[in-house]
Amino acid sequence: MSLSRKTALAGVYEHPARFAPNKSMFQIMAESVRGALDDAGLKIQDVDGLCTTGMGMSGMGIVGFCDYLNLTPNFVDSTSIGGSSFVAQTAHAAAAIAAGLCNIAVVVYGSTAASQRFAIGTGGAGLGGGDPCDQYEAPFGPTTVGAYAMMARRHMHEYGTTSEQLAEIAVTMRLHASMNPAAKYRDPITVEDVMASRIISSPLHLLDCCIISDGGGALVVTSAERARDLKHKPAYILGCGETVRHPARGRRDFMEMAAAQSGRLAFERAGVIPADIDMAMIYDSFTITVMMTLENLGFCKRGEGGAFVSGGRLRYDGALPINTDGGGLSSNHPGMRGIFLVIEAVKQLRGECGPRQVKDCELALCHGTGGALGTRHSGATLVLANQ
Amino acid sequence: MADEKSDQKKYAKPLPRIDEENRPWWEALKRHELYIQKCRDCGDLRYYPRALCTNCLSPRTEWLRCGGKARVYTFTATMQNQAPGFREALPYIMAYVELDEGLKVLTNLVECKPDEVKIGMPVEAVFEDATPAVTLLKFRPAR
Ligand SMILES: [Zn+2]
Repeated sequence: MSLSRKTALAGVYEHPARFAPNKSMFQIMAESVRGALDDAGLKIQDVDGLCTTGMGMSGMGIVGFCDYLNLTPNFVDSTSIGGSSFVAQTAHAAAAIAAGLCNIAVVVYGSTAASQRFAIGTGGAGLGGGDPCDQYEAPFGPTTVGAYAMMARRHMHEYGTTSEQLAEIAVTMRLHASMNPAAKYRDPITVEDVMASRIISSPLHLLDCCIISDGGGALVVTSAERARDLKHKPAYILGCGETVRHPARGRRDFMEMAAAQSGRLAFERAGVIPADIDMAMIYDSFTITVMMTLENLGFCKRGEGGAFVSGGRLRYDGALPINTDGGGLSSNHPGMRGIFLVIEAVKQLRGECGPRQVKDCELALCHGTGGALGTRHSGATLVLANQ
Repeated sequence: MADEKSDQKKYAKPLPRIDEENRPWWEALKRHELYIQKCRDCGDLRYYPRALCTNCLSPRTEWLRCGGKARVYTFTATMQNQAPGFREALPYIMAYVELDEGLKVLTNLVECKPDEVKIGMPVEAVFEDATPAVTLLKFRPAR
């Protein structure tokens, strides 16, 4: 059974807040739900599916949020696999709708990471949970940035990748942020600026790392048929894939990511190839995340990422525009960024992106990476089209 | 148990939770010996220690003595970590080393500076007695 074009995204909303000390996480989420329903032309009473998770939420947070909005949906999904969760939840909602489990599903996220002063990347305890695997890692001081930095170091060793090539990614994201009025950091930067910023965990500099902001967003998933009767041109879901990678009992090739598997599944299910994609939203927790994800999704060969990201290819007017909203590196990163990947892709497919609009954008890809590349991570891929 | 609690007060970094599943690993380290698990049915080696073979799900396990020789697979010098115990230790080196037996292990490299470390460099196990109850497996440049 194929999901292709059976379901669509009918409404999206990105919360404008980047610092909201006076709002609760649930308030940001509820305002985001309202925004996405307004965008679709639907009412709260139409919602019969709800998907959410969050770092600031308890394990049963989805039930608490349903309480907050007085919802009793027929379908709930609280898949929690890190920042990619909302990309995976979008696919789960689509599958649930195609299977008749619900009709209108909302995927929502909200966070007050910045105003609550979460040390997302350098807290140390960020990777120190109570699971059996953590007993062999937490004593050595793993940070999120450190786990990615080890991958950057290995990539440099295997393929000759340079810090300047990684910096190109940060520079491009900042250029895109300069064209996004809602982005947190909008002043252009250069490769030299990235190289001159302090090392957080070698070889990654401060400007190789995502920012910390508050924020939230929501999207509405429904059947393609229903979506065609709503306010906007639908963004059809063509294909999806998800999986995880981990140290594999001590035997992993760390240059291979979850994206290699989730991407292959999504492309196969969508019936398209990387060269068909007009723009991509690639989770940019760190510059190295983008480079390795592009390789693992098959946009270039493994090891060719350094050359691939150079020469302006990833700019909004380049051959493969990436993260036109400015990404987590410059626009917003409230801890889990997956939902913003889907929101911006839908806006691009609708042609709503103003100065940063990608020309003739008909086919978009979103890939979320959750967790830490150097230890355990998840990957979720979505392929979307506007016809 | 009272001892473990007072140890934890002096030693600010996180300590592992030792239980029936992992006790042989931690007891070997306490003796300054390195043992990894090998499946008695299919021969698959695994790290970290767990009750079942991931290849055949057999619970029949033997412990294989390792020489403690390894090579650096990758590393990072951590310049920023706000967690207690680590913020006082900056910069410290976190690394994956690949044991001669073929398994990659997350660890710290000690007795060397970040700019002395190279991927592929031979390293050897050192046993750091963090507390009377817990010894950690770290590595230093091979001598
Ligand atoms: Zn076995």
